[in-house]
Amino acid sequence: MIRINNLVATYTTVRGTVTAVDQVNIEIPEGITLGIAGESGCGKTTLLKVLYGDVGFPLAIRGGAVEYGMVGDQNEEITTQNIQKYWFRRIAYIPQGSMSSLNPVVRIRSQFLDYLRTGGEQKRKLEEAREYVKSLGLPPEVLDAYPHQLSGGMRQRVMVAMASFLNPDIILADEPTTALDVVVQKGILLLLMDLQEKMKSTILFVSHDMGVHYQIAHKMFIMYAAKGLEYGNSEEVFSHPLHPYTRLLIDSLPAIGDTNLRRGVSGHPPSLWDTLVGCRFADRCPYATNECRTHEPILREVRPGHFAACHFSERFL
Amino acid sequence: MTVIVLKTEHLNKVYSLGSLFRRVKIHALDDVNLEVMSDQPVIISLVGESGSGKTTLAKVLLRVVQPNSGGAIVYDRVVAGNGALVDRSAFLKTVQPIFQNPFEAFSSYRPVDAYLETTAMRINGFSRAESVEMVREALSAVGLKYADVHGKYPNQFSGGELQRVSVARALIPRPKIIIADEPVSMIDASMRMNVVNLFLSLKNDYKTSFLYITHDLATAYYISDYVAVMYRGCIVEFGLAKDVLASPLHPYTRLLLDSIPSVRVKWDRSRYAHSDLETKEFQFVGCKFYNRCPLAQEVCAHQRPPAVLKENGRNVYCHFA
Repeated sequence: MIRINNLVATYTTVRGTVTAVDQVNIEIPEGITLGIAGESGCGKTTLLKVLYGDVGFPLAIRGGAVEYGMVGDQNEEITTQNIQKYWFRRIAYIPQGSMSSLNPVVRIRSQFLDYLRTGGEQKRKLEEAREYVKSLGLPPEVLDAYPHQLSGGMRQRVMVAMASFLNPDIILADEPTTALDVVVQKGILLLLMDLQEKMKSTILFVSHDMGVHYQIAHKMFIMYAAKGLEYGNSEEVFSHPLHPYTRLLIDSLPAIGDTNLRRGVSGHPPSLWDTLVGCRFADRCPYATNECRTHEPILREVRPGHFAACHFSERFL
Repeated sequence: MTVIVLKTEHLNKVYSLGSLFRRVKIHALDDVNLEVMSDQPVIISLVGESGSGKTTLAKVLLRVVQPNSGGAIVYDRVVAGNGALVDRSAFLKTVQPIFQNPFEAFSSYRPVDAYLETTAMRINGFSRAESVEMVREALSAVGLKYADVHGKYPNQFSGGELQRVSVARALIPRPKIIIADEPVSMIDASMRMNVVNLFLSLKNDYKTSFLYITHDLATAYYISDYVAVMYRGCIVEFGLAKDVLASPLHPYTRLLLDSIPSVRVKWDRSRYAHSDLETKEFQFVGCKFYNRCPLAQEVCAHQRPPAVLKENGRNVYCHFA
């Protein structure tokens, strides 16, 4: 179980500090896929960075902590401060831009085995890597290629293979399919789903596409302007969303066979530089009242296991 | 009056990859034949996965890339191949582009309205005062106010807003057709529909046609009149959008439709064929899709499938259509 307790993470800039993750408070059970959704700039990526322990200037943790519920090699508790030692072995990260993550002048196979020092071991591990890549349905020739010789989808599948090769407990995936087309996207998502079932890892999957979340996520966490707005089992969140923002996100998607006029969510999120009072979604919310503009709703359990941060969630029950 | 909105004849474009000794030829466009005639403005969608040649086709129409053979006609003007139009400003008044990433399309060191003004002055030949008026009108057509845009730099806009500005820029020369290369793929899902709805309203109000290049079939279905599906440089299916996307005949179109992540139906996870290395697939002699096709037979590996003509001028390139 990963427990995120009142986490506050800020960026320090020349204009001052800006809070990118503001009092996020959730418990993630082991061995599930958690979908994290929200618009650009809502703090999804910052949350993942903190979980990965990649915290350094300008990013800083100003409050709260992450409990991973894992013990390390010396029986010590793993925290955000020492998790760097366990990168790839216990926690792995799949970034968004695979082209900018792979070294363009080094063959895939050397990048795959970067963590090994001795040559003899490399030879043996290379065979293992070849087998592993084949088991994921990738052509084994990809290991001998340079990144630019592969298409974006193939590179992203290589990234997934690299991240999962050492069988980590937690995989963090930051919009791994955003720049890819639907067919390739489906391939990568199915790969992640199979891996998750086989290895029983916990996958934290960030995307702004609700359709993707519906396919892959067991639990959903919706973020908006640095705050968590809704958290619950994916079926419930999709069938009975308790927050108007979630509702709008789901309804904004068009579908084949349906040409009714559809609207995107109008307006844009508040700037995190401003002093924000009340509900941060109030300006775009069709149900907003005066109470919403003055009192900030907190994430509370509206139904068993289903949390929402809205004063009026009961009306959606 | 019926005009040729878009026509390509045996369009071919070959790129070479690799070193001098191990050269691989990639047919980015492999005998592409398309024809759309209409008296009304139309939205044509070009769909397919990455590496299917969509962008190369757009570049040929924008005269950025010279085809190896074949020709293309847009609104009765030859834009590529033999007899291609030489008058640049007449060309720019016919075809205008919108690119995928608006943050890369505009320089971050120049206010965005400067681009709009220069477009009006250079292509339309307006004076500065006239062009400001033109810019104001184009911006209001995309739902933005001149005062909100004037003097601002790209980093002061959200992706959706900046993409609207680039639509406004493309509108200024009053083109017959706008070629939009993946205009919404960089924009948040929640904002996408705003840009897509804008295309629909411009088609009705400004009588502008669109070539909408995308891999998002749901929005393609939502706005387009015609749709062409491409795979590895070949057109595999072409016809009225409602026909093609509601009852796909080519197995690749079916695969595309099955891959849409819907919020209503979960995927059937048992049937999915991963693609092989693209360079290999481009070398196939027969149907380029045969290694992933559920219907594939011996003939598919050796023989290029011919165009099978169906009702409403629909073309399907499959042996078993």
